[in-house]
Amino acid sequence: MNRQIVKLFGFIIVLFALLVGFTAWWSVFDAKELKASKWNHRPLFEQQQIPRGRILADNGTVIAKSSSKGAGATLRYERHYPLGKLFGHPIGYSFMEYGQSQFEKFHNEELTGEESEFGTILDELTGQKQEGEQIVTSLDPHAQEVAMHGLENAGFGAVVAIEPSTGAVKVMASNPGYNPNKIPDKLSKWNLEEVRAPLLNRAVQAQAPPGSTFKVVTAAAGLESGVITPDSTINAPGVITDEGHELHNDGDQDFGEIPLDTALTNSVNTWFAQLGQKIGQKRLFAMMEKFGFNAKPPIDIPEDEVLESGLLDLETGKMLTRKDPVDLARVAIGQERLAVTPLQDAMVAAAVANHGKLMKPQIWSRVVNRDGSVTKRMQPSVYSEPIKPKTAEELTTAMEGVVDEGTGTNAAIPGVPVAGKTGTAETPGNKACGGGSEENQGWFMGFAPANHPKIAIAATVECTTQFGNDVAAPIFREVAEALLGGE
Amino acid sequence: MTRARNRELLALIPVALLLTAGFAAVFAQENSKLANLSVTYGLYFLAICVATHIYLRVRLPNADPYLFPLMAVLTAFGLVMLYRIDESLARDQANWFVFGLILFALTIQFLRDYDVLERYRYIIATVGILLLLAPRLPGIGEQVNGAYLGVKIGPISFQPAEFGKLAIVIFLASYLRENREVLIVGARRVLGVTLPPLKHFGPMLVVWGASMFLLVFIRDLGSSLMFFAAFLALLYVATGRFSFVVIGTILFLAGAWFIVTTVPHVHERVEIWLHPYAEAEGSGYQILQSMFAQADGGIFGKGFGQALIHVPGHPSQTMLPAAETDTIYPLIVNEVGLFGACGLIATYLLITARGFKIALLARDGFSKLLATGLTAVFAVQVFVIIGGVTRVIPLTGVTLPFVSYGGSSIVANFVLLALLLLVSDRARREVESEPADRGRDEPLGAAA
Repeated sequence: MNRQIVKLFGFIIVLFALLVGFTAWWSVFDAKELKASKWNHRPLFEQQQIPRGRILADNGTVIAKSSSKGAGATLRYERHYPLGKLFGHPIGYSFMEYGQSQFEKFHNEELTGEESEFGTILDELTGQKQEGEQIVTSLDPHAQEVAMHGLENAGFGAVVAIEPSTGAVKVMASNPGYNPNKIPDKLSKWNLEEVRAPLLNRAVQAQAPPGSTFKVVTAAAGLESGVITPDSTINAPGVITDEGHELHNDGDQDFGEIPLDTALTNSVNTWFAQLGQKIGQKRLFAMMEKFGFNAKPPIDIPEDEVLESGLLDLETGKMLTRKDPVDLARVAIGQERLAVTPLQDAMVAAAVANHGKLMKPQIWSRVVNRDGSVTKRMQPSVYSEPIKPKTAEELTTAMEGVVDEGTGTNAAIPGVPVAGKTGTAETPGNKACGGGSEENQGWFMGFAPANHPKIAIAATVECTTQFGNDVAAPIFREVAEALLGGE
Repeated sequence: MTRARNRELLALIPVALLLTAGFAAVFAQENSKLANLSVTYGLYFLAICVATHIYLRVRLPNADPYLFPLMAVLTAFGLVMLYRIDESLARDQANWFVFGLILFALTIQFLRDYDVLERYRYIIATVGILLLLAPRLPGIGEQVNGAYLGVKIGPISFQPAEFGKLAIVIFLASYLRENREVLIVGARRVLGVTLPPLKHFGPMLVVWGASMFLLVFIRDLGSSLMFFAAFLALLYVATGRFSFVVIGTILFLAGAWFIVTTVPHVHERVEIWLHPYAEAEGSGYQILQSMFAQADGGIFGKGFGQALIHVPGHPSQTMLPAAETDTIYPLIVNEVGLFGACGLIATYLLITARGFKIALLARDGFSKLLATGLTAVFAVQVFVIIGGVTRVIPLTGVTLPFVSYGGSSIVANFVLLALLLLVSDRARREVESEPADRGRDEPLGAAA
C-alpha cells in the first residue's frame, strides 16, 4: 500500500499547488483588473485614508480639497468643494460611499499618488504615508461663473471654451448644475431627475442637432475638396425639393447666385443643402471625422461619461457610417439625425481658429507633487489637421461676416473682431422642453479675436422659441469678454 | 525514546513567538493598547501547549513530534486572525481550543487500543450517517444559506459533518482492511477496464449513493466532495487499482452533474462559481468580495489588522461576508499576502506529509488505512474551502481546519489529531523495537 500512499501524497501536492496558483492569480496577476472592477469598493475606501491632492483653477483658486476626520484606524479624508456648484461640471466628485465622476475619476491616480507603482512600493517599505498630488487645471473661475450665470438666465444648456493653440479648456459649464458637496445627501434624488438631470454634464453628454453651426463643417469640406472656392457661386432659391420634402430658407427668401460668405452670413439653407449634395456623403463624413466626430472626444473625462458626436441611429443607438443612407442635404445644414455635443462644436471652432489644426482638448494643466515641484505638464498635442491654413483663413473671413452683418450680431464685442456662426436647431420631442412649443435649441460657436484667436467657444441653450443669436450669442460674448478681459 | 518529544517541545517555541508577535501586531494596530496583554496571551497559550506536550510525553512518547506543533501554529494563527476580527470570537475559540485539547487527551486516554474501533465499525458508520443527516431532522436541523449544515439542540449548535467525517473514515478504513484482498483478487477486466467484483461493487455504490444523498438533502457540495474524495483515496490505497478511482470519479461527476441541473440550491452555487458578476450585489457578493480581498493583499499583504472587513464607519455593513469562517482565507491573503498564504498552505502540506508518513510507518492494514483516511479527509477539507474561495471549485461552507472560527471544527480536528498520534505512537514503537535501525526521525516533511 505504501506506493499508493506516496502517489496519493503526490496528488495532494498537485491540489495544493493549484490553490497556490489560484491565490497567486487573484492576489497578484489579476489584481489590477479586480481592483478596477466597479463592484470593488476597496480601492476607494483605501483612498479615503490618503490625503487626496487638491484641484486648482488656473489662477490658484481651490476647486477641491481634502480634510481629515477621525484618527488612527478610523482616520479618513473627506472631499470638499469650496466653490460649490460652480465646478460640479466638469470636476465631478469623489466620495467613499458614492463613487467618483468626471475629472476626479479620470485623474484619480495622480490625485491619490498611485501613478508610480514603484514609488508606492518604496513608500510602503520606508513607511512613508501615501499622499496625493495636486492638479492645476486650465479652468478660469471668473469666466466659468459668467457662463453659469448666463446659462441660468437662459435655460438648460452648456458652454465650452477652449484655447485654440493648446487645447486648454478654460470653461466647461452645464446648467442645471449641482453642488458636489451635497452628493452624500442628494445623489439618489438627483439620479432620479431624468429631465432636469443635474448630474449630466451637458457639455459632453448632451447630444443635439447643431443646426446652422454645422454649416462651417460643410463649408470646410467644400473648400478643402475643391468643390467650391470662396468665389464660386451657387443659386439659392427660397425653397428646394430634397428627397421629396421641401427645404426652406428662413422666410423662403430667394438669394439667387451667391458665394460662400454671403451664404454663411445669412445662413442660407438652400445654398448649403446643394453644397452638401455636391460634396457627397463620403467626403463630408471624412471631414466630420477629422474634426473629431464619430469618436470619443480626447478629453480628460472618463470615456463612459462623454458621448461621441455624429449621425445617431435612434433605433440602435449607434453612430451611422459613411455607408448608411442619410438625407445629405439636411445633414449639410445641421439637421437630419445629427447629434452633437457642445464640446464637439467648440472643437470645430477651435480647429478653424488654430489655422486648421485641432488640438486635443485637456482640462488639466500640470501635476504638482507634495514638495511643490511640477511632476507633469500638459503637452499640447495635435489631434488632427482637418483643413489647410488657407481654408481656415477663408472660413474665418466668412464667419466674421456672420457677426458683423449677418445672423450673429449679438456676439459682437466692441473693438474685437469676432468670427462665429449661429445655429437654431429644431428639436421636436425634447423631453426637457415639457412638450410646449419651445422646441428650438439655440447655438453659437466661434472664436475671438478673429485675427489672432485666443479663445474658441461653443454655447447652446435648449428649449427656446428664439434663435441662436438671441439666446446663445450673448452668452458667447460675455464669456469671451471675461476670458479676453485680462488682456 | 524521548527524542521525539524534545523535538516537539523545541518546535513549540516558534509557535508561542508567532502568537505573541501576532497579537502585538493587532494590538499595535488598534492603537496603543499594546501593553503586556499580548505577552500574557502568548504565555497562556504556551502554557497550555506545554501541558499538552507533557501529557504526550507520558502517554505517547513515540508519537510524531511535529504534528502537534504544526496544529498549534495553525490554531495560534487562527486565534490572531479571529482576535483581529472580533475579540469575543477569539475568546470563544480559545475556550473551544481548551475543550478540544481535553477531548484530545480523553481520546488518547481511552482509545490507546484503537483496534477496538474495528469491532464497532457498523455502529460507528450508523452514527456517522446519522450525524450527517441530523441537520435535516425536524426540530434540531438548521439551515444556513440554503444548505443544511448545523444542528441546534437547546443553546448548543454544532456542525455534525465535522464529526461525521471521522466516523466515516474509521468505518471505511476498517471495511477496506477486511475486503481489500477480495476487491483486488476478484477484480476482472472487462473491455480493458479493471472492474471490482460485482459482489463488492455494492458497498461502493452505497458510498456513492450516500454522497449523492448528502448532496441532495444536505445540499452541501463541499461535504459531499470531501467524503467521496476520502473514500476514493482509501479505495485506491487499499486496492492499488487506479481504474476504481476513475470509475468512482465518473460516477461522482455524473451524479453531481445530474443533481446540479435539478436541485436549485446546488445549481445556484455552481452558477455563482461560473458567473459571479451576474449577481454582483446579490448571491455573487461573497465570492467577489473574497477575490477583491485577495487582490487587495498582493504579494506581501497589508499587514495584520489592516484589511477592510466592514465598510469604514459602518460596522454593520460587511465587506467580507463570513470573514471568521468561510472567507477567513481571503482575509489572510489580504493581510499577509500571497507570501503568508503560501506559508499557510505549506503548513497544511507539512501536516499532510506527516500524516502520510505515519501511514507509511504503520504495520497493520487498519492503522495504515486509518492514518491515510484521516490525513486525506483533512487535506481535502483544506482544498475544498480554499479552492472554494479562490474559485477553483464552487464555494461551500466547510471550515478551514484549526483556523476558522467554530467549536465543532476545532474539537473534531483535535480528535483527528489524537487518532493520528495514536497510530503514530504504535507504529514507531513497533519500528523501534525491531533490531534494524529504521526508526530514526526523518527530517520534517521527508515522508514522501
